[in-house]
Amino acid sequence: MATAASLTMPSAAYGSAFLKRFLRKAIFYAVVIGLWALLAQLKVWPSYVFPTPRGVMGALWAGFADHSFWIAIRVSMRRMLLGYSLSVILGMILGLSIASNKFVEETLGGLLVSLQSLPSICWLPLAVLWFGLTEKAILFVVVMGSLLSVTIAMETGRKQMPKIYGMAGRNLGARGFPLFWHVLLPASLPYLISGLKQGWAFAWRSLISGEMIFVSLGLGQLLMMGRDLNDMSQVIAVMVLIIALGYAVDGLIFCNLERQLQRRWGLEQAS
Amino acid sequence: MKAHAVSSSSEEHRSPIRLARPKGPCSVTPFRHAPTASAKVSLDGICLNYKVNGGRHLLALDDINLQVQPGEFLCIVGPSGCGKSTLLHLIAGLQRSTSGTVKVDGKLVEGPGTDRILIFQELGLFPWLTVGQNVEFGMKMKGISKTERREKIRYYLRLVHLSQFEDSYTHQLSGGMRQRVALARALATEPDVLLMDEPFAALDAQTRDLLHDELERIWAETGRTIIFVTHNVREAVRLGGRVALFTFRPGRVKREFKIDLPRPRQLEDSSVARCAREILDDLREEINKSLEEEYGDGR
Ligand SMILES: Nc1ncnc2c1ncn2[C@@H]1O[C@H](COP(=O)(O)OP(=O)(O)O)[C@@H](O)[C@H]1O
Ligand SMILES: [Mg+2]
Repeated sequence: MATAASLTMPSAAYGSAFLKRFLRKAIFYAVVIGLWALLAQLKVWPSYVFPTPRGVMGALWAGFADHSFWIAIRVSMRRMLLGYSLSVILGMILGLSIASNKFVEETLGGLLVSLQSLPSICWLPLAVLWFGLTEKAILFVVVMGSLLSVTIAMETGRKQMPKIYGMAGRNLGARGFPLFWHVLLPASLPYLISGLKQGWAFAWRSLISGEMIFVSLGLGQLLMMGRDLNDMSQVIAVMVLIIALGYAVDGLIFCNLERQLQRRWGLEQAS
Repeated sequence: MKAHAVSSSSEEHRSPIRLARPKGPCSVTPFRHAPTASAKVSLDGICLNYKVNGGRHLLALDDINLQVQPGEFLCIVGPSGCGKSTLLHLIAGLQRSTSGTVKVDGKLVEGPGTDRILIFQELGLFPWLTVGQNVEFGMKMKGISKTERREKIRYYLRLVHLSQFEDSYTHQLSGGMRQRVALARALATEPDVLLMDEPFAALDAQTRDLLHDELERIWAETGRTIIFVTHNVREAVRLGGRVALFTFRPGRVKREFKIDLPRPRQLEDSSVARCAREILDDLREEINKSLEEEYGDGR
Protein backbone atom coordinates (compact mmCIF):
# COMPACT_ATOMS: atom_id res chain seq x y z
CA MET A 1 0.00 0.00 0.00
CA ALA A 2 2.75 2.35 1.01
CA THR A 3 4.65 1.69 -2.18
CA ALA A 4 1.60 2.16 -4.35
CA ALA A 5 0.90 5.48 -2.68
CA SER A 6 4.46 6.69 -3.08
CA LEU A 7 4.46 5.61 -6.70
CA THR A 8 1.30 7.43 -7.68
CA MET A 9 1.76 10.50 -5.55
CA PRO A 10 4.54 12.28 -7.45
CA SER A 11 3.00 11.94 -10.92
CA ALA A 12 -0.39 13.06 -9.64
CA ALA A 13 1.18 16.03 -7.94
CA TYR A 14 3.12 16.81 -11.09
CA GLY A 15 -0.02 16.56 -13.23
CA SER A 16 -2.04 18.91 -11.05
CA ALA A 17 0.82 21.43 -10.93
CA PHE A 18 0.96 21.39 -14.69
CA LEU A 19 -2.78 21.89 -14.93
CA LYS A 20 -2.67 24.77 -12.49
CA ARG A 21 0.08 26.50 -14.44
CA PHE A 22 -1.82 26.00 -17.66
CA LEU A 23 -5.00 27.40 -16.12
CA ARG A 24 -3.23 30.46 -14.77
CA LYS A 25 -1.79 31.18 -18.20
CA ALA A 26 -5.12 30.62 -19.95
CA ILE A 27 -6.88 32.99 -17.58
CA PHE A 28 -4.21 35.64 -18.06
CA TYR A 29 -4.47 35.55 -21.85
CA ALA A 30 -8.25 35.48 -21.76
CA VAL A 31 -8.25 38.63 -19.62
CA VAL A 32 -5.77 40.38 -21.92
CA ILE A 33 -7.81 39.57 -25.02
CA GLY A 34 -11.01 40.51 -23.23
CA LEU A 35 -9.63 43.92 -22.27
CA TRP A 36 -8.37 44.40 -25.79
CA ALA A 37 -11.79 43.57 -27.24
CA LEU A 38 -13.41 45.91 -24.76
CA LEU A 39 -11.10 48.79 -25.65
CA ALA A 40 -11.67 48.20 -29.35
CA GLN A 41 -15.41 48.11 -28.73
CA LEU A 42 -15.32 51.56 -27.14
CA LYS A 43 -13.99 52.89 -30.51
CA VAL A 44 -11.71 55.44 -28.86
CA TRP A 45 -9.40 55.07 -31.84
CA PRO A 46 -10.35 54.25 -35.42
CA SER A 47 -9.98 50.58 -36.37
CA TYR A 48 -7.02 51.18 -38.71
CA VAL A 49 -5.11 52.36 -35.61
CA PHE A 50 -6.49 49.93 -33.08
CA PRO A 51 -7.86 46.72 -34.60
CA THR A 52 -10.21 44.29 -32.87
CA PRO A 53 -9.09 40.78 -31.83
CA ARG A 54 -11.61 39.45 -34.31
CA GLY A 55 -10.01 41.51 -37.10
CA VAL A 56 -6.57 40.15 -36.29
CA MET A 57 -7.91 36.60 -36.20
CA GLY A 58 -9.51 37.25 -39.56
CA ALA A 59 -6.26 38.54 -41.00
CA LEU A 60 -4.43 35.47 -39.71
CA TRP A 61 -7.07 33.21 -41.24
CA ALA A 62 -6.98 35.03 -44.56
CA GLY A 63 -3.19 34.98 -44.63
CA PHE A 64 -3.03 31.24 -44.19
CA ALA A 65 -5.97 30.67 -46.52
CA ASP A 66 -4.38 32.51 -49.46
CA HIS A 67 -1.01 30.86 -48.73
CA SER A 68 0.81 34.17 -48.39
CA PHE A 69 1.70 33.39 -44.75
CA TRP A 70 2.84 29.87 -45.57
CA ILE A 71 5.09 31.15 -48.32
CA ALA A 72 6.51 33.86 -46.08
CA ILE A 73 7.21 31.36 -43.29
CA ARG A 74 8.90 28.99 -45.70
CA VAL A 75 11.08 31.70 -47.19
CA SER A 76 12.05 33.16 -43.81
CA MET A 77 12.75 29.80 -42.24
CA ARG A 78 14.94 28.74 -45.14
CA ARG A 79 17.00 31.89 -44.70
CA MET A 80 17.22 31.31 -40.97
CA LEU A 81 18.44 27.75 -41.35
CA LEU A 82 21.02 28.72 -43.94
CA GLY A 83 22.26 31.82 -42.17
CA TYR A 84 22.24 30.27 -38.73
CA SER A 85 24.09 27.12 -39.82
CA LEU A 86 26.69 29.27 -41.52
CA SER A 87 27.18 31.37 -38.44
CA VAL A 88 27.36 28.33 -36.15
CA ILE A 89 30.09 26.77 -38.26
CA LEU A 90 32.01 30.04 -38.63
CA GLY A 91 31.49 30.94 -34.99
CA MET A 92 32.83 27.62 -33.79
CA ILE A 93 35.94 27.92 -35.90
CA LEU A 94 36.49 31.50 -34.74
CA GLY A 95 35.76 30.70 -31.10
CA LEU A 96 38.10 27.72 -31.08
CA SER A 97 40.95 29.64 -32.65
CA ILE A 98 40.46 32.48 -30.18
CA ALA A 99 40.43 30.05 -27.27
CA SER A 100 43.52 28.19 -28.38
CA ASN A 101 45.75 31.00 -29.60
CA LYS A 102 46.89 33.87 -27.42
CA PHE A 103 47.70 36.12 -30.38
CA VAL A 104 44.32 35.60 -32.05
CA GLU A 105 42.63 36.21 -28.71
CA GLU A 106 44.31 39.55 -28.18
CA THR A 107 43.73 40.82 -31.72
CA LEU A 108 40.63 39.25 -33.24
CA GLY A 109 39.00 38.57 -29.87
CA GLY A 110 39.22 42.24 -28.90
CA LEU A 111 37.86 43.36 -32.26
CA LEU A 112 34.88 41.01 -32.01
CA VAL A 113 33.94 42.25 -28.56
CA SER A 114 33.99 45.84 -29.80
CA LEU A 115 31.81 44.85 -32.77
CA GLN A 116 29.19 43.62 -30.32
CA SER A 117 27.94 47.16 -29.81
CA LEU A 118 27.00 47.39 -33.49
CA PRO A 119 23.33 46.46 -34.16
CA SER A 120 23.37 43.84 -36.89
CA ILE A 121 21.05 45.81 -39.19
CA CYS A 122 23.89 48.32 -39.57
CA TRP A 123 25.56 45.73 -41.78
CA LEU A 124 22.73 45.98 -44.32
CA PRO A 125 23.93 49.04 -46.26
CA LEU A 126 27.33 47.41 -46.59
CA ALA A 127 25.75 44.11 -47.61
CA VAL A 128 23.57 45.80 -50.22
CA LEU A 129 26.58 47.54 -51.71
CA TRP A 130 28.48 44.25 -51.83
CA PHE A 131 25.75 41.87 -52.93
CA GLY A 132 22.97 44.14 -54.29
CA LEU A 133 19.35 43.71 -53.25
CA THR A 134 19.69 39.94 -53.10
CA GLU A 135 19.24 36.92 -50.91
CA LYS A 136 22.94 37.06 -50.12
CA ALA A 137 22.63 40.49 -48.54
CA ILE A 138 19.97 39.25 -46.12
CA LEU A 139 21.95 36.11 -45.30
CA PHE A 140 24.95 38.29 -44.59
CA VAL A 141 22.96 40.32 -42.06
CA VAL A 142 21.64 37.16 -40.41
CA VAL A 143 25.16 35.75 -40.11
CA MET A 144 26.53 38.98 -38.70
CA GLY A 145 23.68 39.07 -36.23
CA SER A 146 24.39 35.73 -34.63
CA LEU A 147 28.06 35.12 -35.33
CA LEU A 148 29.30 36.98 -32.28
CA SER A 149 27.12 35.13 -29.80
CA VAL A 150 28.22 31.78 -31.15
CA THR A 151 31.87 32.77 -31.29
CA ILE A 152 31.95 34.06 -27.74
CA ALA A 153 29.99 31.05 -26.47
CA MET A 154 32.37 28.64 -28.17
CA GLU A 155 35.40 30.49 -26.83
CA THR A 156 34.19 30.49 -23.23
CA GLY A 157 32.90 26.93 -23.58
CA ARG A 158 36.28 25.72 -24.77
CA LYS A 159 37.96 27.49 -21.86
CA GLN A 160 35.53 26.41 -19.14
CA MET A 161 35.40 22.82 -20.29
CA PRO A 162 37.41 20.58 -17.94
CA LYS A 163 40.84 19.89 -19.46
CA ILE A 164 40.61 16.21 -18.61
CA TYR A 165 38.28 15.49 -21.57
CA GLY A 166 40.72 16.77 -24.15
CA MET A 167 43.54 14.81 -22.53
CA ALA A 168 41.45 11.65 -22.30
CA GLY A 169 40.52 12.00 -25.97
CA ARG A 170 44.12 12.41 -27.08
CA ASN A 171 45.15 9.57 -24.82
CA LEU A 172 42.67 7.30 -26.58
CA GLY A 173 44.05 8.22 -29.97
CA ALA A 174 41.83 11.11 -31.09
CA ARG A 175 43.39 14.09 -32.82
CA GLY A 176 42.52 16.83 -35.29
CA PHE A 177 38.92 16.94 -36.47
CA PRO A 178 37.79 13.71 -34.75
CA LEU A 179 39.10 15.13 -31.48
CA PHE A 180 37.01 18.26 -32.02
CA TRP A 181 33.92 16.45 -33.21
CA HIS A 182 33.84 13.57 -30.75
CA VAL A 183 35.33 15.22 -27.66
CA LEU A 184 35.82 18.98 -27.59
CA LEU A 185 32.42 19.83 -29.09
CA PRO A 186 30.27 17.56 -26.91
CA ALA A 187 32.33 18.43 -23.85
CA SER A 188 31.72 22.14 -24.33
CA LEU A 189 28.09 21.79 -25.37
CA PRO A 190 26.61 22.48 -21.91
CA TYR A 191 28.54 25.76 -21.88
CA LEU A 192 27.68 26.42 -25.51
CA ILE A 193 23.95 25.87 -25.54
CA SER A 194 22.91 29.23 -24.10
CA GLY A 195 25.11 30.99 -26.65
CA LEU A 196 23.54 28.96 -29.46
CA LYS A 197 20.12 29.94 -28.19
CA GLN A 198 21.05 33.59 -28.01
CA GLY A 199 22.54 33.34 -31.49
CA TRP A 200 19.26 32.00 -32.83
CA ALA A 201 17.29 34.83 -31.23
CA PHE A 202 19.65 37.44 -32.67
CA ALA A 203 19.56 35.81 -36.09
CA TRP A 204 15.76 35.87 -36.02
CA ARG A 205 15.68 39.59 -35.22
CA SER A 206 18.30 40.39 -37.85
CA LEU A 207 16.37 38.45 -40.45
CA ILE A 208 13.07 40.23 -39.84
CA SER A 209 14.71 43.66 -39.87
CA GLY A 210 16.60 42.76 -43.01
CA GLU A 211 13.46 41.58 -44.76
CA MET A 212 11.64 44.79 -43.93
CA ILE A 213 14.04 46.87 -45.96
CA PHE A 214 13.34 45.55 -49.44
CA VAL A 215 11.01 43.28 -51.35
CA SER A 216 12.08 39.86 -50.25
CA LEU A 217 9.00 37.65 -49.73
CA GLY A 218 9.70 36.90 -46.07
CA LEU A 219 7.74 37.67 -42.92
CA GLY A 220 9.44 41.06 -42.66
CA GLN A 221 8.08 42.03 -46.01
CA LEU A 222 4.57 40.93 -45.06
CA LEU A 223 4.82 43.25 -42.12
CA MET A 224 5.80 46.15 -44.33
CA MET A 225 3.05 45.23 -46.79
CA GLY A 226 0.53 45.57 -43.97
CA ARG A 227 1.84 49.03 -43.32
CA ASP A 228 1.71 49.99 -47.01
CA LEU A 229 -1.89 48.84 -47.22
CA ASN A 230 -2.76 50.61 -43.99
CA ASP A 231 -3.96 47.23 -42.76
CA MET A 232 -3.33 47.26 -39.03
CA SER A 233 -4.93 43.85 -38.56
CA GLN A 234 -2.40 42.29 -40.89
CA VAL A 235 0.46 44.07 -39.15
CA ILE A 236 -0.58 42.68 -35.78
CA ALA A 237 -1.26 39.25 -37.28
CA VAL A 238 2.23 39.04 -38.72
CA MET A 239 3.70 40.24 -35.44
CA VAL A 240 1.83 37.50 -33.62
CA LEU A 241 3.17 35.03 -36.14
CA ILE A 242 6.77 36.20 -35.64
CA ILE A 243 6.43 35.91 -31.88
CA ALA A 244 4.82 32.48 -32.13
CA LEU A 245 7.52 31.14 -34.42
CA GLY A 246 10.34 32.45 -32.26
CA TYR A 247 8.69 31.05 -29.18
CA ALA A 248 8.08 27.69 -30.80
CA VAL A 249 11.69 27.23 -31.86
CA ASP A 250 12.93 28.32 -28.46
CA GLY A 251 10.48 26.19 -26.52
CA LEU A 252 10.42 23.13 -28.71
CA ILE A 253 13.94 22.83 -30.02
CA PHE A 254 16.30 24.57 -27.63
CA CYS A 255 14.57 23.79 -24.36
CA ASN A 256 14.30 20.17 -25.40
CA LEU A 257 17.95 20.08 -26.34
CA GLU A 258 18.89 21.68 -23.04
CA ARG A 259 16.84 19.22 -21.05
CA GLN A 260 18.30 16.30 -22.93
CA LEU A 261 21.81 17.59 -22.33
CA GLN A 262 21.16 17.92 -18.64
CA ARG A 263 19.78 14.45 -18.43
CA ARG A 264 22.68 12.92 -20.30
CA TRP A 265 25.35 14.82 -18.44
CA GLY A 266 23.69 14.06 -15.14
CA LEU A 267 23.30 17.76 -14.41
CA GLU A 268 19.61 17.41 -13.69
CA GLN A 269 18.85 18.79 -10.28
CA ALA A 270 16.75 16.58 -8.05
CA SER A 271 13.35 18.21 -7.74
CA MET B 1 50.30 -18.68 -16.03
CA LYS B 2 52.76 -15.96 -15.35
CA ALA B 3 51.56 -15.65 -11.80
CA HIS B 4 52.31 -19.30 -11.17
CA ALA B 5 55.78 -19.01 -12.56
CA VAL B 6 56.53 -16.22 -10.13
CA SER B 7 55.06 -18.07 -7.20
CA SER B 8 56.96 -21.30 -7.81
CA SER B 9 60.29 -19.54 -8.00
CA SER B 10 59.57 -17.57 -4.88
CA GLU B 11 58.59 -20.74 -3.10
CA GLU B 12 62.28 -21.49 -2.78
CA HIS B 13 62.96 -18.14 -1.15
CA ARG B 14 60.14 -18.73 1.25
CA SER B 15 62.07 -20.93 3.61
CA PRO B 16 61.93 -20.42 7.36
CA ILE B 17 65.20 -18.53 7.04
CA ARG B 18 63.11 -15.71 5.61
CA LEU B 19 62.48 -14.48 9.15
CA ALA B 20 66.17 -13.99 9.68
CA ARG B 21 65.82 -10.86 7.59
CA PRO B 22 67.81 -9.47 4.90
CA LYS B 23 66.74 -11.89 2.15
CA GLY B 24 63.01 -11.78 2.72
CA PRO B 25 60.60 -11.99 -0.19
CA CYS B 26 60.92 -8.28 -0.34
CA SER B 27 64.48 -7.88 -1.31
CA VAL B 28 65.78 -4.39 -0.93
CA THR B 29 68.12 -3.74 -3.75
CA PRO B 30 69.68 -1.11 -5.85
CA PHE B 31 67.69 -3.29 -8.20
CA ARG B 32 68.17 -1.90 -11.66
CA HIS B 33 67.75 -3.49 -15.01
CA ALA B 34 70.44 -2.54 -17.44
CA PRO B 35 68.94 -0.29 -20.12
CA THR B 36 68.66 -3.11 -22.58
CA ALA B 37 66.90 -2.97 -25.89
CA SER B 38 64.40 -5.48 -24.54
CA ALA B 39 62.86 -3.00 -22.08
CA LYS B 40 59.22 -2.20 -22.86
CA VAL B 41 59.38 1.27 -21.36
CA SER B 42 62.64 2.99 -20.73
CA LEU B 43 63.02 6.32 -18.97
CA ASP B 44 66.45 7.91 -19.22
CA GLY B 45 67.42 10.99 -17.26
CA ILE B 46 63.93 12.46 -17.13
CA CYS B 47 63.80 15.95 -15.63
CA LEU B 48 60.74 18.13 -15.55
CA ASN B 49 60.58 21.75 -14.54
CA TYR B 50 57.21 23.37 -13.97
CA LYS B 51 57.00 27.13 -14.38
CA VAL B 52 55.16 28.45 -11.38
CA ASN B 53 53.93 32.01 -10.92
CA GLY B 54 56.55 34.60 -11.70
CA GLY B 55 59.90 33.42 -12.95
CA ARG B 56 60.10 30.63 -10.36
CA HIS B 57 60.49 27.02 -11.25
CA LEU B 58 59.50 23.84 -9.54
CA LEU B 59 61.61 20.81 -10.24
CA ALA B 60 58.96 18.08 -10.21
CA LEU B 61 61.06 15.21 -11.54
CA ASP B 62 64.81 14.96 -11.25
CA ASP B 63 66.83 12.46 -13.26
CA ILE B 64 64.41 9.56 -13.35
CA ASN B 65 65.90 6.37 -14.74
CA LEU B 66 63.58 3.40 -14.92
CA GLN B 67 63.40 0.34 -17.11
CA VAL B 68 60.18 -1.63 -17.30
CA GLN B 69 60.29 -5.12 -18.78
CA PRO B 70 57.54 -6.50 -21.01
CA GLY B 71 54.79 -8.01 -18.92
CA GLU B 72 56.08 -6.45 -15.73
CA PHE B 73 53.81 -5.03 -13.05
CA LEU B 74 55.63 -2.00 -11.68
CA CYS B 75 54.19 0.03 -8.82
CA ILE B 76 55.34 3.54 -8.09
CA VAL B 77 54.83 4.85 -4.55
CA GLY B 78 55.58 8.25 -3.18
CA PRO B 79 54.04 11.00 -1.10
CA SER B 80 51.41 13.21 -2.65
CA GLY B 81 52.98 15.86 -4.88
CA CYS B 82 56.14 13.95 -5.70
CA GLY B 83 55.43 13.90 -9.42
CA LYS B 84 53.82 10.52 -9.92
CA SER B 85 50.99 11.80 -12.11
CA THR B 86 53.43 13.96 -14.01
CA LEU B 87 55.57 10.94 -14.81
CA LEU B 88 52.61 8.97 -16.15
CA HIS B 89 51.56 11.93 -18.30
CA LEU B 90 55.08 11.99 -19.73
CA ILE B 91 54.97 8.29 -20.58
CA ALA B 92 51.51 8.74 -22.09
CA GLY B 93 52.92 11.49 -24.29
CA LEU B 94 50.48 14.11 -23.02
CA GLN B 95 53.31 16.26 -21.70
CA ARG B 96 56.95 16.86 -22.58
CA SER B 97 59.91 16.48 -20.30
CA THR B 98 62.40 19.30 -19.87
CA SER B 99 65.22 16.86 -20.55
CA GLY B 100 65.69 13.13 -20.87
CA THR B 101 63.89 10.63 -23.03
CA VAL B 102 60.94 8.26 -22.81
CA LYS B 103 61.22 5.23 -25.04
CA VAL B 104 58.68 2.50 -25.69
CA ASP B 105 60.06 -0.56 -27.47
CA GLY B 106 63.19 1.45 -28.09
CA LYS B 107 61.26 4.13 -29.98
CA LEU B 108 61.19 7.71 -28.74
CA VAL B 109 57.79 8.85 -27.43
CA GLU B 110 56.76 12.12 -29.05
CA GLY B 111 53.05 12.21 -28.41
CA PRO B 112 50.07 10.14 -27.33
CA GLY B 113 49.76 6.71 -28.86
CA THR B 114 47.38 3.83 -28.44
CA ASP B 115 50.23 1.50 -27.52
CA ARG B 116 50.06 3.05 -24.05
CA ILE B 117 46.82 4.05 -22.40
CA LEU B 118 46.59 6.07 -19.23
CA ILE B 119 43.79 5.66 -16.74
CA PHE B 120 43.61 9.13 -15.24
CA GLN B 121 43.40 9.81 -11.55
CA GLU B 122 40.13 11.65 -12.27
CA LEU B 123 39.11 8.99 -14.85
CA GLY B 124 37.98 11.39 -17.58
CA LEU B 125 35.04 9.27 -18.68
CA PHE B 126 32.87 11.03 -21.25
CA PRO B 127 29.52 11.89 -19.67
CA TRP B 128 27.81 12.36 -23.03
CA LEU B 129 28.44 8.76 -24.00
CA THR B 130 26.98 5.58 -22.60
CA VAL B 131 29.18 3.05 -20.87
CA GLY B 132 29.35 1.00 -24.05
CA GLN B 133 30.21 4.05 -26.16
CA ASN B 134 32.92 5.04 -23.70
CA VAL B 135 34.50 1.61 -24.05
CA GLU B 136 34.11 1.86 -27.82
CA PHE B 137 35.78 5.26 -28.11
CA GLY B 138 39.43 4.23 -28.40
CA MET B 139 38.62 1.46 -30.87
CA LYS B 140 36.61 3.87 -32.99
CA MET B 141 39.55 6.24 -33.13
CA LYS B 142 41.77 3.35 -34.15
CA GLY B 143 39.43 2.61 -37.05
CA ILE B 144 38.37 -0.85 -35.92
CA SER B 145 35.34 -2.18 -37.78
CA LYS B 146 31.90 -1.89 -36.25
CA THR B 147 31.28 -5.61 -35.81
CA GLU B 148 34.62 -6.13 -34.14
CA ARG B 149 33.95 -3.16 -31.86
CA ARG B 150 30.61 -4.58 -30.79
CA GLU B 151 32.20 -7.86 -29.96
CA LYS B 152 34.98 -6.26 -27.91
CA ILE B 153 32.63 -3.97 -26.02
CA ARG B 154 30.74 -7.04 -24.93
CA TYR B 155 33.92 -8.91 -24.06
CA TYR B 156 35.52 -6.17 -21.99
CA LEU B 157 32.32 -5.20 -20.19
CA ARG B 158 31.92 -8.82 -19.20
CA LEU B 159 35.52 -8.82 -18.01
CA VAL B 160 34.80 -6.00 -15.55
CA HIS B 161 31.34 -7.35 -14.70
CA LEU B 162 29.37 -4.46 -16.16
CA SER B 163 27.49 -6.22 -18.95
CA GLN B 164 24.08 -5.01 -17.80
CA PHE B 165 25.20 -1.40 -17.77
CA GLU B 166 26.23 -1.02 -21.38
CA ASP B 167 23.48 1.53 -22.07
CA SER B 168 23.73 3.47 -18.80
CA TYR B 169 25.34 6.87 -18.57
CA THR B 170 28.37 7.19 -16.35
CA HIS B 171 26.69 9.45 -13.80
CA GLN B 172 24.24 6.66 -13.10
CA LEU B 173 27.03 4.43 -11.81
CA SER B 174 28.79 4.16 -8.48
CA GLY B 175 32.43 5.14 -8.02
CA GLY B 176 33.66 1.58 -8.24
CA MET B 177 31.65 0.92 -11.37
CA ARG B 178 32.99 4.06 -13.01
CA GLN B 179 36.46 2.92 -12.17
CA ARG B 180 35.78 -0.35 -13.92
CA VAL B 181 34.42 1.46 -16.97
CA ALA B 182 37.69 3.37 -17.16
CA LEU B 183 39.56 0.09 -16.91
CA ALA B 184 37.46 -1.49 -19.65
CA ARG B 185 37.86 1.58 -21.85
CA ALA B 186 41.62 1.40 -21.51
CA LEU B 187 41.82 -2.37 -22.00
CA ALA B 188 39.56 -2.29 -25.05
CA THR B 189 42.14 -0.35 -27.06
CA GLU B 190 44.46 -3.26 -26.25
CA PRO B 191 47.53 -1.25 -25.35
CA ASP B 192 50.86 -2.92 -24.66
CA VAL B 193 51.38 -0.66 -21.68
CA LEU B 194 48.70 0.22 -19.16
CA LEU B 195 49.35 3.30 -17.04
CA MET B 196 47.20 3.62 -13.94
CA ASP B 197 47.16 6.72 -11.74
CA GLU B 198 45.94 6.02 -8.20
CA PRO B 199 42.94 4.25 -9.66
CA PHE B 200 41.59 2.80 -6.45
CA ALA B 201 42.31 5.65 -4.05
CA ALA B 202 38.74 6.84 -3.70
CA LEU B 203 37.07 3.46 -3.27
CA ASP B 204 35.69 1.66 -0.28
CA ALA B 205 37.68 -1.32 0.96
CA GLN B 206 35.41 -4.04 -0.44
CA THR B 207 35.29 -2.62 -3.94
CA ARG B 208 39.01 -2.05 -3.90
CA ASP B 209 39.75 -5.64 -2.90
CA LEU B 210 37.51 -6.84 -5.67
CA LEU B 211 39.23 -4.67 -8.25
CA HIS B 212 42.67 -5.75 -7.03
CA ASP B 213 41.70 -9.35 -7.71
CA GLU B 214 40.29 -8.47 -11.10
CA LEU B 215 43.32 -6.44 -12.10
CA GLU B 216 45.71 -9.17 -11.04
CA ARG B 217 43.71 -11.69 -13.02
CA ILE B 218 43.53 -9.51 -16.11
CA TRP B 219 47.25 -8.85 -15.93
CA ALA B 220 47.99 -12.57 -15.64
CA GLU B 221 45.64 -13.35 -18.52
CA THR B 222 46.69 -10.67 -20.96
CA GLY B 223 50.36 -10.27 -20.12
CA ARG B 224 50.24 -6.49 -20.44
CA THR B 225 52.89 -4.26 -18.98
CA ILE B 226 51.41 -2.23 -16.13
CA ILE B 227 52.77 0.85 -14.43
CA PHE B 228 50.62 1.49 -11.41
CA VAL B 229 50.89 4.64 -9.31
CA THR B 230 49.67 4.77 -5.74
CA HIS B 231 50.42 6.39 -2.42
CA ASN B 232 49.37 3.23 -0.62
CA VAL B 233 52.37 0.99 0.05
CA ARG B 234 50.29 -2.04 0.90
CA GLU B 235 48.44 -1.78 -2.36
CA ALA B 236 51.75 -1.56 -4.18
CA VAL B 237 53.05 -4.69 -2.48
CA ARG B 238 49.73 -6.45 -3.04
CA LEU B 239 49.90 -5.88 -6.79
CA GLY B 240 53.43 -5.19 -7.96
CA GLY B 241 56.27 -7.40 -9.02
CA ARG B 242 58.49 -4.45 -8.28
CA VAL B 243 57.94 -1.28 -6.29
CA ALA B 244 59.75 1.97 -7.00
CA LEU B 245 59.79 4.43 -4.13
CA PHE B 246 59.90 8.11 -5.06
CA THR B 247 61.37 10.94 -3.02
CA PHE B 248 59.44 14.11 -2.32
CA ARG B 249 60.25 17.20 -4.37
CA PRO B 250 62.11 16.83 -6.51
CA GLY B 251 60.81 13.39 -7.41
CA ARG B 252 63.61 10.88 -7.71
CA VAL B 253 63.71 7.11 -7.53
CA LYS B 254 64.84 6.61 -3.98
CA ARG B 255 64.85 2.85 -3.92
CA GLU B 256 63.44 -0.16 -5.68
CA PHE B 257 62.05 -3.30 -4.14
CA LYS B 258 61.51 -6.63 -5.79
CA ILE B 259 58.37 -8.33 -4.50
CA ASP B 260 58.72 -12.09 -4.75
CA LEU B 261 55.52 -13.06 -2.96
CA PRO B 262 53.37 -15.78 -4.49
CA ARG B 263 50.23 -14.83 -6.33
CA PRO B 264 47.35 -14.44 -5.99
CA ARG B 265 47.98 -12.23 -2.99
CA GLN B 266 45.63 -10.58 -0.55
CA LEU B 267 45.91 -7.20 1.05
CA GLU B 268 45.65 -8.82 4.49
CA ASP B 269 48.43 -11.37 3.95
CA SER B 270 50.99 -11.10 6.70
CA SER B 271 53.78 -11.37 4.15
CA VAL B 272 52.33 -8.40 2.31
CA ALA B 273 52.15 -6.48 5.56
CA ARG B 274 55.76 -7.29 6.39
CA CYS B 275 56.99 -6.14 3.02
CA ALA B 276 54.92 -3.03 3.23
CA ARG B 277 56.38 -2.17 6.62
CA GLU B 278 59.87 -2.39 5.24
CA ILE B 279 59.04 0.00 2.43
CA LEU B 280 56.99 2.22 4.68
CA ASP B 281 60.02 2.94 6.87
CA ASP B 282 61.66 4.45 3.84
CA LEU B 283 58.54 6.23 2.72
CA ARG B 284 57.89 7.76 6.12
CA GLU B 285 61.06 9.74 5.81
CA GLU B 286 59.74 11.25 2.58
CA ILE B 287 56.31 11.91 4.01
CA ASN B 288 57.90 13.73 6.94
CA LYS B 289 59.87 15.80 4.48
CA SER B 290 56.71 16.69 2.60
CA LEU B 291 54.90 17.60 5.81
CA GLU B 292 57.82 19.74 6.93
CA GLU B 293 57.70 21.58 3.65
CA GLU B 294 53.97 22.20 3.89
CA TYR B 295 53.72 23.09 7.58
CA GLY B 296 57.31 23.45 8.69
CA ASP B 297 57.71 27.21 8.24
CA GLY B 298 55.48 28.01 11.20
CA ARG B 299 57.57 26.02 13.65
N1 LIG C 1 50.52 22.19 -14.38
C1 LIG C 1 51.31 22.38 -13.31
N2 LIG C 1 51.93 23.58 -13.12
C2 LIG C 1 52.74 23.76 -12.06
N3 LIG C 1 53.02 22.84 -11.15
C3 LIG C 1 52.44 21.64 -11.27
C4 LIG C 1 51.55 21.34 -12.35
N4 LIG C 1 51.13 20.07 -12.22
C5 LIG C 1 51.72 19.60 -11.10
N5 LIG C 1 52.51 20.52 -10.53
C6 LIG C 1 53.34 20.34 -9.33
O1 LIG C 1 54.22 19.28 -9.58
C7 LIG C 1 54.32 18.44 -8.47
C8 LIG C 1 53.97 17.02 -8.85
O2 LIG C 1 52.61 16.94 -9.16
P1 LIG C 1 51.91 15.56 -9.46
O3 LIG C 1 52.63 14.89 -10.59
O4 LIG C 1 50.46 15.80 -9.69
O5 LIG C 1 52.14 14.77 -8.10
P2 LIG C 1 51.47 13.44 -7.56
O6 LIG C 1 50.67 12.83 -8.65
O7 LIG C 1 52.63 12.60 -7.16
O8 LIG C 1 50.64 13.81 -6.39
C9 LIG C 1 53.38 19.00 -7.40
O9 LIG C 1 54.18 19.66 -6.46
C10 LIG C 1 52.50 19.95 -8.14
O10 LIG C 1 52.22 21.06 -7.32
MG1 LIG D 1 48.63 12.42 -8.72
